[in-house]
Amino acid sequence: MDAQTLLKLLGEGTVQTLIMTLVGTLVSYMIGLPVGVSLITSSPNGIRPMPVYNKVMGFIVNVIRSMPFLILMIAFMPYIRILIGTGIGTAATTAALILAAWPFVARMVEQSLLEVDPGVIEAAQAMGASNMQIIRKVLLLEARPSLLNGAAVATITILGYSAMAGTLGGGGLGDIAIRFGHYRFQPTVMWITIIVLVVLVQIMQEIGIRVAAKLDNRIN
Amino acid sequence: MAENIISLQGVTKEFTTKSGPVVALRDINLDIERGDSYGIIGLSGAGKSTLVRTINLLEEPTEGKVLFDGRVLTGLKSKELNLQRRKISMIFQQFNLLMQRDAVGNICFPLEIAGVPKAEAVAKAEELLKVVDLEERAHSYPSQLSGGQKQRVAIARALASDPEVILCDEATSALDPKTTRSILTLLRKINEERGITLVVITHEMGVIKQLCNKVAVIEGGEIVERGPVKEIFANPKTKAARKLFFPDAGEREMPHVRTAVKNRLRLAFNEQTAYKPIIANMILEIGEPVNMLYANMDALLDEQKGQMVIALSDDKEIAEKQKAYLMKEGVNFTEIPEDSDYYDYPVNGPEEEVSE
Repeated sequence: MDAQTLLKLLGEGTVQTLIMTLVGTLVSYMIGLPVGVSLITSSPNGIRPMPVYNKVMGFIVNVIRSMPFLILMIAFMPYIRILIGTGIGTAATTAALILAAWPFVARMVEQSLLEVDPGVIEAAQAMGASNMQIIRKVLLLEARPSLLNGAAVATITILGYSAMAGTLGGGGLGDIAIRFGHYRFQPTVMWITIIVLVVLVQIMQEIGIRVAAKLDNRIN
Repeated sequence: MAENIISLQGVTKEFTTKSGPVVALRDINLDIERGDSYGIIGLSGAGKSTLVRTINLLEEPTEGKVLFDGRVLTGLKSKELNLQRRKISMIFQQFNLLMQRDAVGNICFPLEIAGVPKAEAVAKAEELLKVVDLEERAHSYPSQLSGGQKQRVAIARALASDPEVILCDEATSALDPKTTRSILTLLRKINEERGITLVVITHEMGVIKQLCNKVAVIEGGEIVERGPVKEIFANPKTKAARKLFFPDAGEREMPHVRTAVKNRLRLAFNEQTAYKPIIANMILEIGEPVNMLYANMDALLDEQKGQMVIALSDDKEIAEKQKAYLMKEGVNFTEIPEDSDYYDYPVNGPEEEVSE
């Protein structure tokens, strides 16, 4: 394979990986963030305890989290195929990513919100804040730096999942590493994709740390 | 007579713990009048923090009613309760400020909750920063402020919603003595100048003396004694009250006050008698010395109050003369029986109610 073809391949793979990762992360947060918040508010010491919901949702999250991503993806592929019409490529991989990642995101969010001082929540309640106001103005705002750090970790994890999905014809950098690096014995391609992945992870982690620190008013 | 702004009627609070139910409050009846600065004092675990939290229903009573300004709060829907809560502000031992907002942002918070337009809220916050003497820290974050400054921001935040009551939960317990004094002065000013009712939870007598006109002593989840601070200070009827009001007269520091001396009297001086050299005059007139075992002067708001334990002459006749002299001078006293604890007998004699 000449350098130009390789470059084009890598460029396409990187774009696919980034799209899968970003869309996957975004949708995972659209599901995981509300679920994470609800796990906090419905807990016995939460602002609106709902023991049954808390137990059931906690159980669902744990079940999905206990399945290794590749197994989960293979197990759910038939249903994903029914749902979106295809079992391979970036669309199918993104669906699998979301399925695997939202419970992870929910737990990350839950952990971040646990760091919010219960005294501040109590103060807001004493002021007559509604539960919705407490969630929006106290929980999410006070936990913002931790939520952003968590988001960086979640994005990187989802990037890793997307690379794994490549082994099952998922597209992106993982796909290139498997198809060319492994099946066609081209170690150079393998190592180049690894390097690209490392660079992507570094960039995401740096962005996460910097944005979180910039938006944290506790440190000055 | 001012009307009651807060009224607790038969309030009981039970917590369920792993080792069974625990009664934190038992049948509390308490009326707080508009404009009062009402102290609630007790040792830790007495139930005072739970008590103050039942007033704004952060703790829902297991039994009983809570009235605010004549309105029953218990059983209100959360929407209506939230509207009432805006008139009852609260300040805390740990300040409980939002760490991600600056001083102005924190003070605006209750206004935001109430839906006040932002420009109006900011203007009010800046005005309130002047009240608490912190104008120059408007855009500092809590992590950049000292404990006293944080509590000033919290007080400004409490004032923002124009409350009728401020609940102070150990508001000075995390502060050093000098800062404590300045915060208490500020709270007293707010009480006097704005007529805002204060409910002051504390374990420190000094806070009550500097800030409150009335006090309730709470022990084991029950109010054991209550009344104007001056009266309770002059004549604490229960052992719990005496222990809180005169902690340093305890047996550990002064065993001689407790038992070793005979013919002991416990004297109480009020505004009229505190400034006169009554004991010195008595010694000169009767010509017999007295043994002074304990003495303490204190300022309650602006009044002087004193406590003293003396031992009279062994000669019965002279002792009678000494007592007659004290009575003539208007000093309240009680005889402390031999071998009994200093705390066991109130000034007006053991016949009055003494709780365990």
